Amino acid sequence: MKDKKKIRILIAKPGLDGHDRGAKVVSLALRDAGMEVLYSGLHQSVDQIIAAAVQEAVDVIGLSIMTGAHLPICVRLMKDLEEKNLSDIFVVIGGVIPKNDIPKLEEIGVKGIFPGGTRFEFIIDSIRALF
Amino acid sequence: MGVAKYIKNKADAIEKVIYQSGIEVKPFYGPKDLEATGFDYEVDLGDPGQYPFTRSLHPQGYRSRAWTTRQYTGFGTPQETNERFKYMIAHGQNGLNVAFDLPTQMGYDSDSPKAEGEVGRVGMAVDSLQDFEIAFKDIQFDRIGSGLTINAVASIMLAMYQATAEKYGYSKETISATPQNDILKEMIGRGAWIFPVEPSVRLVCDTIEYSVKELPRCNPVSICGYHIRESGATPSQEVGFAFEIAKSYIDNLLDRGLAPDDFVGRFSFNLNVYGNLWEQIAKFRAARKLWAKLLKEEYSVTEKKNLFLRGLFGGGGSGLTKEQPENNIIRGAYYGLAAALSGAQTTALCSFDEAFTIPTPRAALLSLRTLEILMEEVGLRDTVDPLAGSYFVETITKEMEDKIKNEMTRVQKMGGMVHAISSGYIQREVARQAYEFEKSLQNGEIIKVGVNKYTEGEQPDVEVHEYNDSWVGAQISSLKTLRRTRNNQEVNRSLKALEKTSKSRNNVMPTLVDCCRAYATVGEMAGVFRDVFGEWDEPCLF
Repeated sequence: MKDKKKIRILIAKPGLDGHDRGAKVVSLALRDAGMEVLYSGLHQSVDQIIAAAVQEAVDVIGLSIMTGAHLPICVRLMKDLEEKNLSDIFVVIGGVIPKNDIPKLEEIGVKGIFPGGTRFEFIIDSIRALF
Repeated sequence: MGVAKYIKNKADAIEKVIYQSGIEVKPFYGPKDLEATGFDYEVDLGDPGQYPFTRSLHPQGYRSRAWTTRQYTGFGTPQETNERFKYMIAHGQNGLNVAFDLPTQMGYDSDSPKAEGEVGRVGMAVDSLQDFEIAFKDIQFDRIGSGLTINAVASIMLAMYQATAEKYGYSKETISATPQNDILKEMIGRGAWIFPVEPSVRLVCDTIEYSVKELPRCNPVSICGYHIRESGATPSQEVGFAFEIAKSYIDNLLDRGLAPDDFVGRFSFNLNVYGNLWEQIAKFRAARKLWAKLLKEEYSVTEKKNLFLRGLFGGGGSGLTKEQPENNIIRGAYYGLAAALSGAQTTALCSFDEAFTIPTPRAALLSLRTLEILMEEVGLRDTVDPLAGSYFVETITKEMEDKIKNEMTRVQKMGGMVHAISSGYIQREVARQAYEFEKSLQNGEIIKVGVNKYTEGEQPDVEVHEYNDSWVGAQISSLKTLRRTRNNQEVNRSLKALEKTSKSRNNVMPTLVDCCRAYATVGEMAGVFRDVFGEWDEPCLF
């Protein structure tokens, strides 16, 4: 873990879905764990999320996706981060993520996968362990 | 245990029970408890069908008529949705509750880049009148009422429903639609908003005003405490915030010169059955009473029927779990019981597989059967409001009334619901409640069977509704054909007229109906609104 530097994380809601209970709850939990948390608000495009991540100089992007569109969104985000030389920003994801999709997400470089109901301490520890 | 907070001693006996709304429950209740609340039968209850309708809207309750069942249905293309509608009607469902996909809800056509990956996923894709013509083919518009679960562009969907019915030979006076049309709750929870707060409220109220004048059988708004509760609010907040939202719409309509008796009878509510059984029953009974009192005392509503809190009590989505999903069938039955004991007029249950995705036909049918068993086999139609007079239920119903009023006062102190949402206060409060709840679940203060107690380890897979990519191609290609074959001059003329009305203070509905008849697309109509109104800049505060 980096010395004394607080982990900065952008919790982002990509796409059209507006169910943000999970995103907000996890944001509050990460903040209580001492991280600096920014919340993107709803209906963000992948471009908007990357722009916000750069502007706010975050260490981690945490996506929250409930609609089942997590695979295409993650593929796009990972590709764009790589093209923009931003692969040092870690990506984690929460939401409605079926078990079958977890290996695919890991394969494209998503560093933490937290389906609904994952314990806060597991999310916090997993993110800390990235540094 | 349960949704409430339980404090136990070392011998595992319960010492304290505190409901989410803050009501502390005693080990037993007697006449003195009821007396202490100032309970008076005539004032607080009245007979069923009598003001303030705490017991029931109708004197005979379910004896005269069982509840209306309206399972939330819709997915893929209009063709698929039409088949599912007919399937549910053939199995005894007597109203429809239409689910739209997110691009439609957000005012984008299926071929918009914004729609990528979402077409037909969480509901039916609708681009134009052509899609409604397919979805509602062979549906008897004068006999089957349709809930249209859409908000930001509810005005467009109501216009389209009217245009479709007319196309099939039903006059607009005979159709019965309930667009959800509650944009303020979208801004608190669910999140399918587009335009800033003020034009959004204007569109809601344009729809209501138009219905009052032109669509005598339509209920143009369904105010949803439901989603506020799903987002984390307590039961008293659910009802208190819903009532404050309703007041924002009422005030806008009063400014237009309408009298409350002209329109409040068209309001309906969508409230959640999820939670502690007794707290829900108290909530629904208190809500019926408070709504009637509010309308009578604050708005001088006189017509008896206009004082009814009508609506759908159902759902229960946040009570369902991915773990041991069959348990959700049992949970659904108890949520249905709560709705029946509360005198729900209309109901629907989330299906047991909805913790994963939208339901399979089998799962949706099980929910319907659950409701049918409650009405046909269990005895819930025997007598009206069977819990009335219970020392416990009446005491907490009175206490719930105070809790709801407190939530309303807090919103009023902030200058009303529009201000409370614009400032982000409500959203922050609801998120805070959700966080507290999640912490209690994770530390075991709240028990969820199969999740943090009686767990079974590795879970078997359940059969779930599969999203089919081939729908997208079909939908987009039919949209492209439509754009080529429709009368584009007429489309442009009607969209210009819509732009003009949107910029004026006139009601947008008549021009929207014209746009729909010309086969203008949802994206084109919502695009006009986007240009004229702009989009909401959500306050992202914690």
